[in-house]
Amino acid sequence: MPPALDLVLQNPAIWRGNQYAKTAVESIPTGFAELDELLPGGGWPRAALTQLLANQHGIGELRLLLPALACLSQQEKWLVLVAPPHQPFAPGFESIGVNLARLIVVNTRSDSESLWAAERCLRSGTCAAVVTWPGSSAQPALRRLQLAAEEGKSFGVVFGPTRHAANPSPASLRIQLSASRNRLEVQILKRRGGGWAPSLSLNLHPHERDLTATPRPPTINPPRLRRVQHGLA
Amino acid sequence: MLWTCLHFSDFSLQLLLRGAAQPQPTIITTGGNRPAVLSCNPEARSQGIAPGMAVATALALSPDLIERPRDVEAELKAFEGAAAWASQFTSLVSLAATDSLLLEIDGSLRLFGGLRPLLQRFGQELADMGYAATIAVAPTPTAARLLARSGIGSTITDVANLETALAGLPLSLLDQSEDIIRMLALMGVSTIGECLALPRDGLARRFGQFLVDELDRALGRLPDPRPIWIAPPRYKARLLLPAPVQDTEPLLFAASRLIQELTGWLSMRQAGITRLKLVLHHEDRRPTSIALGFATPSREPQRIRTLLRERLSTLTLPDRVESIGLESVETRPLGSRNLSLFPEDRLPEEERWLIIDHLRARLGAEAVYSIVSHPDHRPELAWRCCEPGASTPGDEHAARPLWLLDPPQLLRTGADDKPVLKEPLVVLSGPERIESGWWDEKEAKRDYFVAADSNGRRFWVYRERAGAKTWFLQGMFT
Repeated sequence: MPPALDLVLQNPAIWRGNQYAKTAVESIPTGFAELDELLPGGGWPRAALTQLLANQHGIGELRLLLPALACLSQQEKWLVLVAPPHQPFAPGFESIGVNLARLIVVNTRSDSESLWAAERCLRSGTCAAVVTWPGSSAQPALRRLQLAAEEGKSFGVVFGPTRHAANPSPASLRIQLSASRNRLEVQILKRRGGGWAPSLSLNLHPHERDLTATPRPPTINPPRLRRVQHGLA
Repeated sequence: MLWTCLHFSDFSLQLLLRGAAQPQPTIITTGGNRPAVLSCNPEARSQGIAPGMAVATALALSPDLIERPRDVEAELKAFEGAAAWASQFTSLVSLAATDSLLLEIDGSLRLFGGLRPLLQRFGQELADMGYAATIAVAPTPTAARLLARSGIGSTITDVANLETALAGLPLSLLDQSEDIIRMLALMGVSTIGECLALPRDGLARRFGQFLVDELDRALGRLPDPRPIWIAPPRYKARLLLPAPVQDTEPLLFAASRLIQELTGWLSMRQAGITRLKLVLHHEDRRPTSIALGFATPSREPQRIRTLLRERLSTLTLPDRVESIGLESVETRPLGSRNLSLFPEDRLPEEERWLIIDHLRARLGAEAVYSIVSHPDHRPELAWRCCEPGASTPGDEHAARPLWLLDPPQLLRTGADDKPVLKEPLVVLSGPERIESGWWDEKEAKRDYFVAADSNGRRFWVYRERAGAKTWFLQGMFT
């Protein structure tokens, strides 16, 4: 940057698009320094709802949360998984450092039950984090979940398909996730304090050999209006 | 010694009225061929109904009158419920007839913060249970009962003041035969004070030693032993609703009357409830039985009530409910909570379990669980469900997926013997050989691999080592 321009940009009257107001919200470090850098408060907002939008299960969306969840599980309060898409595997959670004595799995029969259970847990004040996978009808209920999270000072996470990205949402943090080969692409759609955030590419498996080294055709990100795949087949 | 008497006037009427929030004109009748009104509530009285009136007349005055014959047996049972509640305050509870509870409270004053707070608590909790009682305190049980039955409900703590306090009370309150009371009245003696002024020997000669003894007991001149009532090992009570209901709110209201009694019984036993049964009786149907479970023992009325509300809200009743019953099924010892030095440093243990109870009340007990590792090499057997919070740390694990697919999903085998899930998967690491279970029916001989697809999704796949060597997908590293 030319020194003259640098001088001009230091003027406090100038606002730049990638700036956002650093607010003093209580937060939980994500465990990924690059991501913490972009989030207000330097981590996942406690006492608020976070919406994670991804079109497929298994791209690493849970891995993104796990350092924070493992950290929260060392305290007294519960971690609740409401209506997980598959059976949570105890050795898997344990190998990542989650204290299973704090983990509760809640199975539900319908979307409305999932939302009820999630809201109840968020509001109770005895759940540190509540992660839920509601169906597509969840959108109108998000406001209730956000309020419940604020009231119970709980870290609420709602997963949803990326086609919800265009809809307005009361969640205080919204992140769109997509996978490219070995990495997880993280795009912050909304955060407290506003401002445009650059997209981020996280390597979730730093110890493995780089998949990109193998010659493969470039992958195209799925179009936005694709149906969410909950199963695998 | 200091005695408190709780006197319930018109107990049979109170019993019927406590089941509903809004009192309606109600009478208790004698039953039989020509039933008469035994007692009536103020709403019935305002319509011109009075005790002694024939029921037919009363019904003519007020067609939507609720009438019930007196049921002495049910009354006695309900009275024991109130006694169970009262036994939390003292170890010495005695029943006098079926309308007065006598409690020795001298030893309890310090624990409950003095006489006034204790009496306030009596009043508050009795109101929560749906009862109204005259409360009197006196150094002797007989005097306490006389004062309570007179409706004055005064508090006398000194024996020296007893005589003046009792002097004005009518003789009819004594446990004497009507003949004696009438004869005394003919002599112009109608109050206890006048009776005490008479010469003792003459009084005993004419009316028997029993009258003199009762007066002496009241004034503390004779010992006054009382049979101690022992609370039953299980709480079981039934409450008749004045009118059949089907809605949750009235049912909850009636149940909370019994819950208050139950919690009194629980604190007497220094226990908390873990399993509770609410039985809803219908007119001509089998009763609906609701089982409530608590993750930790509790005796907080509010907690039991909210859980019951949750449970009732998901229930569809087959018919209207005539009466409800509450039973303790399982209790566990629960001490009083110590006050913390720093009030907000820890979450009360009981509060932490509240959410579990709530979720279970609505979703069913098996829908809410924790997971725990189990020492087995076969992944499908390497975990178990367990009670929330009961999980214990397992051994060190190799990298394991977060999601388990149970049963495993069959994969196609591609051209170069690679697993195919829509597209050929790239094997990242492996094999990890797992061979186990030759001793039971679920023998596994497998080679496990971590594989990925072009979207970067990571799977845990295995290949059977025997037979057709098929690929299966068993887990996802998400």
